[in-house]
This record gives sequence, structure tokens and C-alpha cells, in this order.
Amino acid sequence: MNFVLSILFSSFAVIVVVLIPWIGVGAFDLRILFGIIIPYAAMLTFFVGIVVRVIDWSRSPVPFRIPTTAGQEWSFPWIKSNPIDNPKGTGGVVIRMIFEVLTFRSLFRNTRLEYRRVDGVPKIDYEWEKWLWVAALVFHYSFLVIFLRHFRFFTEPVPGFVTLLQNLDGFMQMGAAPFNGFGLPGVYLTDMLLMAAVTWLLLRRILYSQIRYVSLPADYFPLLLIIALGFSGMLMRYLFRVDVTAVKELAIGLFKFSPVSPEGIGVIFYIHLFILCVLIAYFPFSKLMHLAGIFLSPTRNLSNNSRFVRHVNPWNYPVQTHTYDEYEDEFRDKMIEAGLPVEKEAESTVETEEKE
Amino acid sequence: MADTPKPAEIAKIDHYPSPFEKGWMNKQVEIKPGVYCYASKPKNLEYVGMPYPREWNPADEDWKLPENWKEIIEEGFKDRLDKYRSFKLFMDICVRCGACADKCHFFIGSGDPKNMPVQRAELLRSVYRKNHTIGGKILGPFAGARELTEDVLKEWWYYLYQCTECRRCSVFCPYGIDTAEITIIGRELTNLLGLNIDWIAAPVANCYRTGNHLGIQPHAYKDMMDFFTDEIEDITGIRMEQDFNRKGAEILFITPSGDVFADPGTFTCMGYMMLFHYLKEQGLDITWSTYASEGGNFGFFTSHEMAKRLNAKMYAEAKRLGVKWILGGECGHMWRVLNQYMDTFNGPPDSLEEPVSPITGTKFENAKTTKMVHLVEFTADLMKHNKLKLDPSRNDHLKVTFHDSCNTARGMGFLEEPRYVIKNVCNNFYEMPPETIRELTFCCGSGSGLNAGENMELRMRGGLPRANAVKHVHEKHGVNMLSCICAIDRAVLTSLMEYWVPEVEVTGVHEMVANALVFDGEKKRTTDLRGEPLPGMEDEEDV
Repeated sequence: MNFVLSILFSSFAVIVVVLIPWIGVGAFDLRILFGIIIPYAAMLTFFVGIVVRVIDWSRSPVPFRIPTTAGQEWSFPWIKSNPIDNPKGTGGVVIRMIFEVLTFRSLFRNTRLEYRRVDGVPKIDYEWEKWLWVAALVFHYSFLVIFLRHFRFFTEPVPGFVTLLQNLDGFMQMGAAPFNGFGLPGVYLTDMLLMAAVTWLLLRRILYSQIRYVSLPADYFPLLLIIALGFSGMLMRYLFRVDVTAVKELAIGLFKFSPVSPEGIGVIFYIHLFILCVLIAYFPFSKLMHLAGIFLSPTRNLSNNSRFVRHVNPWNYPVQTHTYDEYEDEFRDKMIEAGLPVEKEAESTVETEEKE
Repeated sequence: MADTPKPAEIAKIDHYPSPFEKGWMNKQVEIKPGVYCYASKPKNLEYVGMPYPREWNPADEDWKLPENWKEIIEEGFKDRLDKYRSFKLFMDICVRCGACADKCHFFIGSGDPKNMPVQRAELLRSVYRKNHTIGGKILGPFAGARELTEDVLKEWWYYLYQCTECRRCSVFCPYGIDTAEITIIGRELTNLLGLNIDWIAAPVANCYRTGNHLGIQPHAYKDMMDFFTDEIEDITGIRMEQDFNRKGAEILFITPSGDVFADPGTFTCMGYMMLFHYLKEQGLDITWSTYASEGGNFGFFTSHEMAKRLNAKMYAEAKRLGVKWILGGECGHMWRVLNQYMDTFNGPPDSLEEPVSPITGTKFENAKTTKMVHLVEFTADLMKHNKLKLDPSRNDHLKVTFHDSCNTARGMGFLEEPRYVIKNVCNNFYEMPPETIRELTFCCGSGSGLNAGENMELRMRGGLPRANAVKHVHEKHGVNMLSCICAIDRAVLTSLMEYWVPEVEVTGVHEMVANALVFDGEKKRTTDLRGEPLPGMEDEEDV
């Protein structure tokens, strides 16, 4: 499937995702379905799905200790080892994993191939390329902040850290142009950053031919879905205001397991909520599972200690080998002739006799 | 065998797949001469009891697959998903961010988009999705899933034998996805149908029978070593006899058989012999074995099981000879297996002891359970304790750089020890650019059993990033010697240098050590181990 078809297919899927609640709530007023039933179903799918996937992964054992060693191993006291990129024990592994999960350390190593030919002779350079790392980091952290900011809708009273985050995030006190000073709420930095990062992540899939080649609908779909999620959220905040009190009533009801379906929340809210539901329900079945997978990755979460601590393979089984005796039986005469020591000197004469 | 195109021809590489071509799933694989290796011969599979031995040719339409081949693969696939968390996880969590894409030496050298690590893995993942994921079952190609067909199998085979399991991509992957792991398991699957390459299958059969890949029989092994002893005597005036299969020795020495039979590895082998002789007086009690006469393990390029079967010889021989511990020579994938697999595969016999250097008394704590020490760390320790009398000026005719082998770099982290040894025996040492050494080192392009003759074009392409970095230090510092600690490197980098940077030769580290080693009572040395005049001795008459 070429990339145009992939993008069309993914876009179509996202449009359908937007239309369903639009029609469902807008035309048929199915508020209970879209405000209560689907969110519960999606959350259930999300949590159960992730747990099932992780259990499924952990059911397969790790037969061999195969960390990717990206630094000097531990050896002599006078050789400086790299305890993070080539951990000797659990401590190093924990630090390696923390760096990997929180700072995307491996992605930070990224470079870009610069291939040229000078008078027909190849000249290869590896150029600075941190944009993928920057975009990934900005994207994930903005998403996290936005998620945490949303706690003000689910909690009463709103925890201090949420208010703090909200204030920090909105510190620029910008109004949404062109309505500066018209009573619109301040723009959150993370809204802008998330949209910018996710747009870049989408654009690079289209613009960079190597990435375009490998991209599947399963790559475009979540990006487009997140763009739609962010866009609907921003529309709600900056243009089509919804009744925040009613939204909060609904959200708190959901989390207290005494759901209510207040009236007067705009359709745009249900669209935003439905997109989120689709995203989290899709999560366990998709590549988004990298969130959990990274913790189980054997090239990152194992220490390089297999020369001094035995690693046991639970399904290790005996195999057929070619024993020394079989070897000597085949080559005994030649070995004796070459002056190599052998186990059974006599055999050769026996064999010779037999031949006679 | 296809004629290998000239460097200028090969250099025309396009790394940018055109935007509007149909998707990769719709493109049938084209198996090109110069890229693929010849099929395994039936006798080599038969010898070790691998399934479906037969005459077949990758260039033919008909690969003579068993009737139920699809079932075999699908069962084998499922079995491995249940046995290897790595495999299962790596099938699921790739986000196709593309960070690995231009990190692979084969992609850099060929521009073939299916050589991007992510894409190589996608070749298998697409089938995985079809058979093991809900989305793939329902949505098919829209979920990136495809049916396993003969064409898909051929595509697997073609690209699985274009990966050297070097793990460079895994350094860059944000989830640590290791294409080597996927290739290793993918190759296991092809082996279920007898689809190996002969350059792997023959060494495996040889190693099984004679103890080494080259099929050297014990008397021939001894002959070769006697020849080296004569050579060494010519150069040094000292006869440095070695011991073979000697019971009761303290240490068993195992090195790749390439060192015994192929230049320039042979000079490295002479280096080992000279070092051992030098240390004899200081109490080194060491023996070679003709039975365990292979450090390398082409079984590792076949299947985990075959790797284990071949590896078993090391401990078995150590037990039979009653040695205390094992010393291993300079080799790449040998050390990946020794470091990450051997103890788990075969576990050492109880008769072995924790390795202690008989010369310096250093305990090799990092080899506590495998009981196997790398010769380079052994030598580094000797140097640290000033146990060797060295004259590094004997290597002054060399301007040296060091190629980290993929396996010792990314499967062990053996980076400083070889540099320490080299700097002790060479006055002129220059590093290649940082993004091409240590954990970011580039493969020689011929590892994991792809060092055949018929795939020379592939090898020269795959080795291009390495060659380019060597060329850089050659032009900048006048480097004329590429050193390495891997037997495959020694053999294949030689061809690679001839092709891309003909002014540079290849050496093992212990060849340079032996050049610098000053023996009591040796005759005035006029040449190095290769018979080349030492610096300042150009006019001396060689005796």
C-alpha cells in the first residue's frame, strides 16, 4: 500500500471517529451512550488490555542475557567502566531504564546519514539530527502535562499540583489571537507544543522518503487521532465554550462510579471525549504499547553480567554433540602419527588388524 | 559468481525511495547475484542432522520446499514467540520512527530500503500480524499484515542473509529493538526448511566433525603450527614449541581456526604462540586443543541449538584435559557467544576454577562463572603489571587505527582493553571518527557467516561505512594499518581495504604485541612477523 492510500485510509478512519459522536449526540442525543457507557468500556479495554498484553509478554521467558552494551564493560579496577550504558548490576540497569524512559536516551544518539560522492568516491558523514528526539520528548511531556491538567475536571477540590501546573503552563498569559483581552482564557504552552510536535511527527513521515517507505496506516492513524483530540480540545477551550461545571459533574460522576448525564454540554465535548475513548481503547492493540514494552525490553533491562553470574534458561534442553571419543575414533591414527596425545593408544592396532 | 562492480559503480547509491512507488508489500523480491550466498549443500545439513537437506538454488523459481512448509514455518514462529520474550516484544512494539533506518551498514552501502533495520523486521512482522494479531486478521494490509507465501519466504531469506547481526541499530532504537535477535530467529525459521547458505552450513558441519570451521584435521593443525614455529624461529632465532591436547595443563587456549589458516590471522596466531612462550618461564602452563580448535561458532548463525551444540566442545575439552580455566583468542562473535550465551547454554563443569593469572595473580572477577578470559584482557593485565618487555618502536612503521568488532563492542563492551594493549606496543595510534567506533562501530560487512566469495558485491557495499572511516584516517593521519580483535575481520577487512582503501593493511592486536615483545637471547630482529623490514632495518640483509 503506498503512503497516499495509507494516509487516506487513516484520515477516513479519523473522520468517522469524529462523525460518530457528532451525529450520535448532536442528532440523537445519545448522551448516556457517549458520556457514560463508551467511556467506561474504553477505560476497561485500556486497563484490561494493557494488563493482558503485559502478562502475555512476560509469559515468554528471557532465555539469554542479551543487553545491548553501549559502553565499556566492568573489568579491571583500573579501567573505567560505563555503569549506565553497560550495567554490571541492577543499580545500573535501573538508571539506564530511567534515562531511557524519561529522557529517550537512545533516541538522543540519533544522527543523519549524509552520503555524497566526490569525483565518484563516496564520502559519508553522520550529521547532527536531534529533531526526532526533540519532537518525541516535547510530544510525550506535553501530553503528560495536559493529562495532569485535566485532573481539575475529575477532582474536587483540585489538587495543588494541578493548579500549579496550570499556572506554569499558562504563564505566558497570552490571549488567543485575535481575541486578546476579550475574556478568553490564556493559551497553554503545552497545547501549542503538543500540536507542533505531533504535526512534525506526522510531517516527517510524509516528507522523509525513508520514513514514508516504512510507515503504515497504523502509524498515521494514532497521529491523526491525537491531532483531532488536541484540535477538538482547543476548539472547546478557545472557541466553542462548553459548560465546564456540567463537564466536571459528568467527569466526577464517572470517576466516583455514580455516573450522571448533565444537560447542556456542547457536542464538541462529546467529540473530544469519544476521540479519547477510541485512542485508549485502540492503545492495547497497537504500537502504542511501546509505553509498556520498553520496560520489558531485554536489550535494555538486563545487566551485562553473564560472565560472572549464571543466567538460567528455563527451557534449556540437552543437545546432541560430537564427543571427543567420536573425534578421536575418527582421527586416532593421524593423531598418533602427528605425535598428538590420545586417550586409547591400542585402538589403532585393533583397527589395523580388523582391516587385514 | 557475478563480477563485482568497480567502486565507482557501487558508489552510486540512492538512499531515497521514490514517493509514489507502490507499497513495499506489492514488490516481489528480486534475488540478485553478487548479493546472495549459495545454498547449503545437502551433505553439510545431513552431517549435523538438519532438516530437508537437498540440492536447491536460490536463483531458481522452485526452491523444492517440503509440501507442508507453511505449517512448519508458522509452527516454528509460534514456538519462538513462546520461547523468546525478545522476539515477541520486538514484533509488537516498534513504532517505525525510523531512527534505525540509516544506521545499518547494508542500507548505507546499498540504498535498498528493505535493508533498513525497521523494514527488515517488518518483513517478518507483517506475517506475524496476519497470524497473531486481531487487527491483522481483520484488516489485512490496512493493518500492515500479509499472508505468508513462497515469495514472502524468499524475501525473508534474501534479507535475513543480508544482515550481519551487528546490533548497531539496537543502540539507536528507543525501545532497544535488536534486529540481530530478529535475524537470528528468522534464520532459525529458514533452517527449519533446509534453507541455509553453504558458507554457514559447511563450517558448521566441519566444526562438528573436526572441531573447527575449516575442517582442519588434527595432524594438519599440528603441521600448520609447526610451520609457524619454524617461521618464528627464522625471525627470532628461538624455537617456540606449543603443547597440544596436553592433560593437566592449567589453561586451555581456544581461538578461531581462521587464525591458523588464513592470512593475516596467521600472524596473529604466531603472536599468541610467541606470547605464550615468553610467559613460560614466568609460569604459564597452557595447552592448545585440536578437538576444541574453534573459538568461533557458525552454529550461532544457524540456530540457538546449533550454537549450543558447537559450543559444548569448549567445556567438554576443558574437563577432559583437567584444566583450571580457558583463555580465548581474538574473535568477535565468538566472544558474543562466550559472554552472553555459553554459561547459559552449557554451564562450566565443576572441575574448572575461577580464573587467576598465573603471572600477575590477578583474579578475573568478571569471568567468575564462565571461567573464560579474553586473551586481550589477559595481556592488558600483564602490561599493567609490567610483565612484558616491549619495544614499541618496532611497530613504528605502522600507523594504526582500531576497528571495534560489532560483537565485542555491542555484545560485551570490550572497548578499552584492546586500546590499552595497542597503545603499549605502538607509538602511532589514531582513532577513527567517534560515530564509527566503540558502541557505534560499523560492521566489516561480512560477519554472521556472510564472508563468502559469491556475495562480494554485498560485502563491499556493507563494508563501505567502515572503509570510509578508515579512508578518513588514512588521508588525515597516514594510517596504514587497521587493527582488530576478530578473525572474520582479519580475513574480510583485507578484501575490503583492497577494494576501497588499498593502502591500508589489516592486523590482529597480538601480531603487534609479538613484534614489540623483546625476548632474552633472541637474535637481532630485522623484520616483523610478515617478513617486512623493521624501521631502520631496511638495509639489513635478512638471513
